[in-house]
Amino acid sequence: MIRLAAWSRRGLTCRQAVELVTDYLEGALTGPQRRRFEAHLAGCPHCPEYLAQMRAVVALSGTITPDDLSPHMRSEFISLYRRWRADEAPGDQA
Amino acid sequence: MLEDPDAEFVNRFRAGDEDAFVVLAGKYRAVMLSLALGYVPSMAVAEEVVQDAWVGVLRGIGKFEHRSTFRTWLFRIVINRAVSAAARERRSVPMHDLEPADGRSRFDAAGNWDVPPEPWVNQVEDRVTAAKVAARIMAAIGELPPRQREVVTLRDVQCMSSEEVCSALDISQANQRVLLHRGRSWLRQVVESEFGGTR
Repeated sequence: MIRLAAWSRRGLTCRQAVELVTDYLEGALTGPQRRRFEAHLAGCPHCPEYLAQMRAVVALSGTITPDDLSPHMRSEFISLYRRWRADEAPGDQA
Repeated sequence: MLEDPDAEFVNRFRAGDEDAFVVLAGKYRAVMLSLALGYVPSMAVAEEVVQDAWVGVLRGIGKFEHRSTFRTWLFRIVINRAVSAAARERRSVPMHDLEPADGRSRFDAAGNWDVPPEPWVNQVEDRVTAAKVAARIMAAIGELPPRQREVVTLRDVQCMSSEEVCSALDISQANQRVLLHRGRSWLRQVVESEFGGTR
């Protein structure tokens, strides 16, 4: 196993591994590519941290929540909507 | 049948429920502004584009047949409007996509790390730190080139599937992955620099 990992690590440089991170996370690597990538990670002191950081960036991006509408914008959207209703469905209000 | 997370609210506002409309406008305000800002020069114009896009939604909703999700359709409209607004402003946007992927100088001639990534993942387990970093990421997303910003916003902030994003932006899966990779790489680097690492 160790020999295989060492051999594969020679096969993939850190620079190449870093460029494959998103394809790896997206499940877009072929079987052999994925095994090569994982073998590199197993033998590399830095690339696992890099992968973890990319995962963390994705997770943190997902925690960003949009602001709510201000009262002013809320009333603008309501009047926009009411104008549309008045135009679209004049006899539909009952 | 397509799974659409907004189906209920869309049906409600079509049926006359204005609150449902306001909920959707609020939910997508930030992402629509972010998409528009990829093309137009100012927040004021972006606000107009968003407003204009909702007018388009109301006009077109009768023809919306749920062949895509509502938000996919919505984001296409806002991007189209933003492109038209940018043309009106006679700005040559979108700018050329920069290459903010990790600098080559960080690797040695053999392709191994010369300046390895500064470890910070453990530190964002702390909630307060995580919130600060998320705020920094949000600001940095705003600075990405338009196409990267679109993909990162839809995939990672809105948590849309890659299929949905490709459909909303009319790009291939491979193209989407390249843009996503560049965008995320840049964001990772921004976070690293926050923790004192190289940028």
